[in-house]
Amino acid sequence: MALAGTAAHAPEHVVHDKAKMKLVGLWLFFFSESVLFGLLLSARFYLERINREEVDQLLGLGITCVLLLSSVTAFTAETAIEHDRRKLAGWMLVVTILLGTGFACGVGFEWGTAHFSKEQAFGSIFFTMTGIHAAHVISGIGLLVLTWFQLARGRFSGKDHWPVSGTVMYWHFVDVVWVFFYPALYLVK
Amino acid sequence: MYALKSVAGALGAGLIGFYLGIGGLGAVRALAGYDAWDTEMSITFGYVFGVIGWVMGAGMWGAWGREWFGLRTYDRKAPGWQRYFVFNTDHKVIGIQYLVTFIVVFLLGGLMAMLMRAELTHSGHQLFSNAQYNSIMGLHGIMMIAVAVAALVGGIGNYAVPLLIGAEDMAFPRLNALTYWLIPPVALTLLCTPLLGGIETGWTAYPPLSVLTNNAQILFDVAIITFGLTSILGGLNFVVTIIFMRAPGMTWGKLPIFVWAMFATAWIALLYTQGFAVSLLMVLLDRVAGMSWFDAANGGDPLLDQHVFWFYSHPAVYVMVLPGFGIALEMISHFSRKPLFAYRYAVGALLGILGLSGVVWAHHMFTSGMPNYLHGPFLVATELISIPTGLIFLCALGTIWMGRLWLTTPMLFALAVIFNFACGGVTGIFLADVPTDIHLQDSYFVVAHFHYTIMGGEIFALFGAIYYYFPKMTGRQYNERLGKIHFWWMFIGFNVTFFIMHWPGIQGMNRRIADFMSDLNTANLIVSLAGFFLGASFLVFVFNMVWSWIFGPAAERNPWRARTLDWQTDSPPPLENFPVPPVVRGHPYDYGVPGSVHALFPGRGAEEPPRPPSTFPGAAPAPAGGGGGGGGGG
Repeated sequence: MALAGTAAHAPEHVVHDKAKMKLVGLWLFFFSESVLFGLLLSARFYLERINREEVDQLLGLGITCVLLLSSVTAFTAETAIEHDRRKLAGWMLVVTILLGTGFACGVGFEWGTAHFSKEQAFGSIFFTMTGIHAAHVISGIGLLVLTWFQLARGRFSGKDHWPVSGTVMYWHFVDVVWVFFYPALYLVK
Repeated sequence: MYALKSVAGALGAGLIGFYLGIGGLGAVRALAGYDAWDTEMSITFGYVFGVIGWVMGAGMWGAWGREWFGLRTYDRKAPGWQRYFVFNTDHKVIGIQYLVTFIVVFLLGGLMAMLMRAELTHSGHQLFSNAQYNSIMGLHGIMMIAVAVAALVGGIGNYAVPLLIGAEDMAFPRLNALTYWLIPPVALTLLCTPLLGGIETGWTAYPPLSVLTNNAQILFDVAIITFGLTSILGGLNFVVTIIFMRAPGMTWGKLPIFVWAMFATAWIALLYTQGFAVSLLMVLLDRVAGMSWFDAANGGDPLLDQHVFWFYSHPAVYVMVLPGFGIALEMISHFSRKPLFAYRYAVGALLGILGLSGVVWAHHMFTSGMPNYLHGPFLVATELISIPTGLIFLCALGTIWMGRLWLTTPMLFALAVIFNFACGGVTGIFLADVPTDIHLQDSYFVVAHFHYTIMGGEIFALFGAIYYYFPKMTGRQYNERLGKIHFWWMFIGFNVTFFIMHWPGIQGMNRRIADFMSDLNTANLIVSLAGFFLGASFLVFVFNMVWSWIFGPAAERNPWRARTLDWQTDSPPPLENFPVPPVVRGHPYDYGVPGSVHALFPGRGAEEPPRPPSTFPGAAPAPAGGGGGGGGGG
């Protein structure tokens, strides 16, 4: 091994690729989370005798569009900070936060106006799945706010922006989950 | 007094969080026009905020939380014994924190087992009512499950994996500290369950009973969801550590087998633990929010819970047993002074178990009323697992074969793992086969079977690993004679107890019930007496550990003459583990292979060659063809 020959005066410590480790760690967290969401999704189809109740299709489509749009703005924020355009990144984070809040409010409105009860199986499924997802959206909004707050204090730069990237990745993940949940709750029978 | 500050801070912030959660929820409920107090919802919210307060108060706020708000973080650098009571990010400290905590939980759970056996000495009621017995049985179950899941993984895994791969710490040290500090609230919450009436459902928490039973169920649910979180985060940390933190030259083919076992285990913990959390979450929602996941009248299905629950809880068996196999193979190779036989097949077997673990869960449900067409596939998949398991046995036997065994206490425990797990594996076949399982389901045969696999397989490995690493952890040597007494006492007690326990099971004695048919009195009396005998053996262990930690003779750097990296540094290792980072050259188990070097320490010279100690049996005339072990020690 070449290393052994040259290592007579080796550096004090082996340097690990911390950025990559954080990235892989986050991806593993997503794997694990997707099992949580996947089990809920499977449970929705396992309970076969239930009928999907009527839901507000227009509202469902609307909040889905809002959430997908927020992924675009989140992506723009990440790209902007990579190019040191902090002002744009800050504004895009704000827009993402607003869109995410809009989504959460839409879910809340749907909860308030739903005509089915949580005591029926479909209601249990609907409120649990949207609730767990909304909890992730709200925690994502919290992370975005913290990130924006630090950005506003001048912390991140094109070379040091891991918290922005990590938060935005989390936001994308939450979006992808909704891409599976939306048809299961709103579209299929 | 940093330790006092940390523990008092954790308790104080935890209590403040608990009351804030209850108060905040009460305020919201009052505004919405409900009663401010709803027992289960209030406890759930109080618990969530209480746990957040607990970990933040323990030091996570200073070491980590401040960073989220762009503030400067700080560590509490506590000296001496105090470092075990603070939010410490050193994997060696965390490993010992885990081990000591879970030994305490193990002893408490063992005490519950003694109480159960005292009740079961005779048919009819002796000491407890049915509800009390259920509560004791449930606590014994869940506490021992927790020990089995976390003591070897969190304790020995945390301590040994970074040392074995030549790293200075785990990949995410603060996350590692968080996974430990979530444990004490879980343990305290579980111990509080008798105050609310006790767990009536056993550790599996099947609905509909778990939805209908008393309020203690809510404590169980939130505690175990938290425990699942620590398991997931710990698994994540191990995977990243093993992928990225290996020393230069430590290729996948040179990884010690325990690290491979931990790698497979970590994946299982990462990918399946959500199942337990989801099943308990559904129970929680049914109870707290009045939902109908499991209420058949409203379209729910109780079987759903069993599917989701066993989707985790069967793989969990491998979270328990794979590290046990790993550490047993590790010790068997070192103490047989031979290369690990068929290393690649052992690795393949560990990964094969990882792959198969997710497709066997419904063998717990043959009598549950699930569709009959599922019986065949799950029977076959379950029995397929015996192929990789058998490979691990062959690797162990091939390593022992013609080796010069050095029968220290850890080696005795490692050999017992092989013996016990073989018994557990053979009885498992009857439970995997649908026709026999229909008779044996939910009987003491099942109890005997899983104690043979989990206690015989994993807890024996855990104790072996504790003896094995005791010199490294404490810098002192344990008393070998007491260690051997403990081993034989525990081994005989264990085998008598659980071997005889098969018999009442075949006769139809139901588990989880405080009473039984009077014609099984004799068998149960014997099992109970043997159980008390087994329980007493741990007094020897505790005495040996405490005494040796304080008064034991100083341990050498490498008392076992092992080749792996963990033994090439001081006992106990310095904070950074290896003052000179190692560079790995050869295979870790090449005992007796001429010219083989596992690791070089640039500037320190090669590792010391493995010399046999004076007590090593190789000093006696070797058997014919004696394996060439011990670096010429014959």
